[in-house]
Amino acid sequence: MTERAEAIAVRDLHKRFGPLDVLKGVSLTAHEGDVIAIIGGSGSGKSTFLRCINMLELPTAGSVTIHGETIAMKKDGHGGMMPADRRQVQRLRSRLGMVFQSFNLWQHMTILENVIEAPVHVLGVKKDEAIDRAETLLRRVGLYEKRDAYPAFLSGGQQQRAAIARALAIQPHVMLFDEPTSALDPELVGEVLSVIGDLAKEKRTMILVTHEMKFARNVASHVVFLANGLIEEQGPPDELFGSPKSERLKKFISSIH
Amino acid sequence: MSDETVAAMALTELPTRKSFFKPHRIVLMAIAAILVFCIVWFMRWDWVPKYSGRLAYGVGVTLLMLFVTSVLGFLLAVPIGLVQVTGPWPLKLLARSFCTVIRGTPLLLQLWLLYYGLGSLFPQFPEIRNSFLWPYLREAWPYGVAALTLSFAAYEGEVMRGAFAGVPAGELEAARAYGMSRFTAFRRIWLPRAVHRALPTLNGETVLQLKATPLVATITVIDVYAVISKVRQETYITYEPLLLLALIYLCLTAILVVAFRYFERRIPTRGA
Repeated sequence: MTERAEAIAVRDLHKRFGPLDVLKGVSLTAHEGDVIAIIGGSGSGKSTFLRCINMLELPTAGSVTIHGETIAMKKDGHGGMMPADRRQVQRLRSRLGMVFQSFNLWQHMTILENVIEAPVHVLGVKKDEAIDRAETLLRRVGLYEKRDAYPAFLSGGQQQRAAIARALAIQPHVMLFDEPTSALDPELVGEVLSVIGDLAKEKRTMILVTHEMKFARNVASHVVFLANGLIEEQGPPDELFGSPKSERLKKFISSIH
Repeated sequence: MSDETVAAMALTELPTRKSFFKPHRIVLMAIAAILVFCIVWFMRWDWVPKYSGRLAYGVGVTLLMLFVTSVLGFLLAVPIGLVQVTGPWPLKLLARSFCTVIRGTPLLLQLWLLYYGLGSLFPQFPEIRNSFLWPYLREAWPYGVAALTLSFAAYEGEVMRGAFAGVPAGELEAARAYGMSRFTAFRRIWLPRAVHRALPTLNGETVLQLKATPLVATITVIDVYAVISKVRQETYITYEPLLLLALIYLCLTAILVVAFRYFERRIPTRGA
């Protein structure tokens, strides 16, 4: 196997909320085509970690490199740090497709308008072209008929699929999923997971924070178990779930079965 | 509130043709018809043709006042609302005190302070008398526009503050996550979302603004209210002009409500 390029490299990431140390030095590298699932109990810092990658949450220390470009940081004067160049962050963000737990579709736009918004108004794609692409994507996630509907009129599963189409529309280098099924009714989880599973099969680079262990085992190429702000254990899914080494992971796996 | 409740509250929806002819409706319609007939037949309306030109002019002034002050006031209200949500504290304080002072004092008082106070101060400064603004500052209407605009800005500033604060943080976060600059996120997501949320309130406030406009008649601006007062003085007729005035304001209000409704409907909301 040839060496694949680094899509995302996070080095020694720390995040502190006041007195609370949420991340205590987490490093992770995602190569092109990797599907990395991050698991862990609540409060383990997995969502915070994901949100630090695109600077929605500002890390206290550490570095984030996206496609070989390291986000320049400077001291913020309160013991933390902030991006030195806002433009750079905006440019790098515009190639990271983020999918949120609570969908966060823009409620004043139709589904189609949601999907073309970032391509047209951030990336400068021509509107016709963006619509063409958006319609293809909406067909893929099975929402072509709903393209003129407003988000409030869709089920949670449909909204999350639309949000995935919105993320794909920017032709992202990496997809970031922040607990994409946690806000869904149980019967709607499947439709969203199947869309994400298809993306994994295409060898799209993805980082996925999830509670769906079975799904993580099936689609991930690499699983990371976070506990107390540190990577407790990581490796291929079969190894991690089949023969967990650390006590914490054993306990975590048995607690969810 | 369900759609039906909302629709029932604004008197813009007519009942279906079938339900039009229920006994109670027919009785009410008959009473209304008799009332209208009495008003037309037994009251004096011969003065209307003579004053129709001036009335039309007055309606035009009223509408112009309403339109100009609402638009200018709204343009002021957006930054006033915004800085109260995200601004640095000096601006926040400034905006909050502005809203408190304007909303805490009667509009009539503000109008008179501007017109009789500021308006009588200006001529004492030769710089102002010689400036290009003087031909306007000599007139009454700029003071009316200023007072109504400031008032609308203060009330709407509060409305917009709530609307800006009420846009879900997640949607703004999504805008940031997709690489939007602060300005793009404001222009494309935050502002339209806030305006949409505020529309029903803006509708009500605009109707109130319409009915605040007759105050400018007290500083010699000839709006429709001033025209009607003139009619009463000249003809010694008391009730008929007032009835007509009520009808005119009622029609203008109905037009406003229908227009806002149209904009609200363009983006359907559910359960809100």
